[in-house]
Amino acid sequence: MIAGMFAQLGVPTDAPFAVPEVAWSALTPLLILIVGALALLVVTALVPRTLPVGFFTVTTVAVAAGAAVASLGSWDRVTDPDRGPYMAVAGAITLDGFSVLVTALLAITVVLVALLADGYLRREGLGAAEFSVLVLLSASGGVMMALANDLIVMFLGLEVLSIALYVLAGFQGDRRESQESAMKYFLLGAFASAFLLYGIALVYGATGSTNLGEIAGFLARDVPSEQGLLLGGMAMLIVGFGFKIGVVPFQSWVPDVYQGAPTPVTAFMASGVKVAGFAALLRVIVSALSVQAQDWRPVMWVLAMLTLVVGPAMAIVQTDVKRMLAYSSISHAGFILIGVQAASDRGTAGALFYLFAYSFMALGAFGVVSLVARQGDVGVDLDRFRGLSKRRPGLALVFAVFLLGQTGVPLTSGFMAKFSVIGAAVASESYALAMVAMLTSVVGAFAYLRVIVAMYLGDDEEMAEEGTRRVQIPAAAGLALGLALAVTVTLGVLPSTVLDAARDAVPARLSPSR
Amino acid sequence: MDVFVFAVAAAVILIGAMGVVFSRNPVHAALMLVMTLFGIAVLFVQQQAHFLAAVQVVVYAGAIVVLFLFVIMLLGVDVAENVTVEPLVGQRTAAWVITAGSVGLLTALAIRAAQVSLGMPSGTRPLDGEGGNLVQLARVLFSDYLFAFEATSVLLVIAVVGAVVLANRSPGSTADAGEQEHSPTGAGR
Repeated sequence: MIAGMFAQLGVPTDAPFAVPEVAWSALTPLLILIVGALALLVVTALVPRTLPVGFFTVTTVAVAAGAAVASLGSWDRVTDPDRGPYMAVAGAITLDGFSVLVTALLAITVVLVALLADGYLRREGLGAAEFSVLVLLSASGGVMMALANDLIVMFLGLEVLSIALYVLAGFQGDRRESQESAMKYFLLGAFASAFLLYGIALVYGATGSTNLGEIAGFLARDVPSEQGLLLGGMAMLIVGFGFKIGVVPFQSWVPDVYQGAPTPVTAFMASGVKVAGFAALLRVIVSALSVQAQDWRPVMWVLAMLTLVVGPAMAIVQTDVKRMLAYSSISHAGFILIGVQAASDRGTAGALFYLFAYSFMALGAFGVVSLVARQGDVGVDLDRFRGLSKRRPGLALVFAVFLLGQTGVPLTSGFMAKFSVIGAAVASESYALAMVAMLTSVVGAFAYLRVIVAMYLGDDEEMAEEGTRRVQIPAAAGLALGLALAVTVTLGVLPSTVLDAARDAVPARLSPSR
Repeated sequence: MDVFVFAVAAAVILIGAMGVVFSRNPVHAALMLVMTLFGIAVLFVQQQAHFLAAVQVVVYAGAIVVLFLFVIMLLGVDVAENVTVEPLVGQRTAAWVITAGSVGLLTALAIRAAQVSLGMPSGTRPLDGEGGNLVQLARVLFSDYLFAFEATSVLLVIAVVGAVVLANRSPGSTADAGEQEHSPTGAGR
């Protein structure tokens, strides 16, 4: 038998082997991120002396910005009605408005995270080289998820994204909370990955393909002989993605992991990772499995409802601002799920816009928290923010805008975001969900307003005895906060550009013709 | 012949599995696991899945069990675990209930599979087609899954960088993290 096995190696085959064409132009943003990270690794290893933190910040920002520009460069190509979206590398990836927009958004979050991390890494004395490399590679995993037109590629992207983040969460190895955060994230993340992989296997069993376009085509033509297999697979996929994006009841890891991880990493988790996770959910469940919408919509409805109720309810009892923001990110996942649950192009566009708006507010809010914290990421409870407006009026104002944005106050991006997903829910006749969303955003407002009240009305006496250390704002972090603030306000006042882009960015369903 | 090979392989698998559960010495348990995995490899060969059989031996019996043995050796072979204490309350009862449930479910599935023949064509391609499954596997790996195949290289890079980051800690820094003054962990390297 063994001999037969090896004999097979020499079997000549006459069938021609067509090597798939690699469209390098489609891969440019991904390659920029990966090659940038590898180049950083090589440079760091070859240069004999320790390079300054600033070098890594500038390089990371340049690489990520390059990826964003490269991605947006193909926007006209993929949204042109004559040429339209296309597939590359044997149908493994899709270039459409959706992937272009998500890729650009991920790259921009990396730019802001790198800027925020600059001062943080100096303060904590952490290795900037490893941090930059891991953030860039993690983002490349997110880009793979955005591009994926195949469940295997989707899974690999998710693993690249997650494994880099497990390390980043435990980056501050001297701090016990950071280690705990990494361990929790790793164990639950691996658990979620197993669910996802099993779901992929079941969907493959039911439809005979891992290619999203072929799955959609199969479901449009035929009914799977084993409906249970498909339903089981879908349920597993939803559980797997649900863990990654942190929706109730799969949210238990979020508060501890967000609180323990270094704050710039937390900012990336709340922005980049949520974007990638929801991009995967939108592409797999909403787009490829759209035929099965009557099966997964009730599940999404329940998940959205639970998330909308539990997230804000837990947020209002927190006294630690970082932890409060972690719970608030759960409630925002609930809002984005409303767009997913709508199962319509409008819902997808709403969810995308929400992701765009929330990413910047989350980056900004966690950015402020990382500045206010003392060395070792301690002291981010509500008392520390008391009277911040007297010590640092600018910082307090910026933080207030981010918090008001997350509340959904008009003239901020949060209002337009909430409006777009709730509008999509109403259009899809999910009235109850829309009502609950509006009610819970009022409840959630209490959590944000408490911080604002503490900043503006709280007295500074407790802080005075601790010493008159002013909150330092490094230039890079200031730039990041300024950018996030500009986006938050601009999207609130003039949202039409991004709204239109989100409308054009509905995932395409392409199937490789064989 | 088929029945005979299956019977022998199944016996090897079952004895190995029993051995894993019942042996007192962790090293013996790991070696019994190797036996089980070899038996499964034989079953794969019988099913014409030659490549899977080779991977089964190389990856599971080779790499993973060796990793188990490394961990056991590092922790100390002599350390006998006290198996009378239940770390989680009700663990043992739950184990029996779940075992009974799994066995019942598998039996029901086996009976159903024997009774009902769906007679539907498989959605996947036959394994022993043109050029054998190794050639077929190579073809899809370098055509349909070329991108995924290359993407795994990024995963390996992250694994290396991550291992370096997590292992490159200044000694003693994990203890008393709360009180200790901050010490840079090889910043910039």
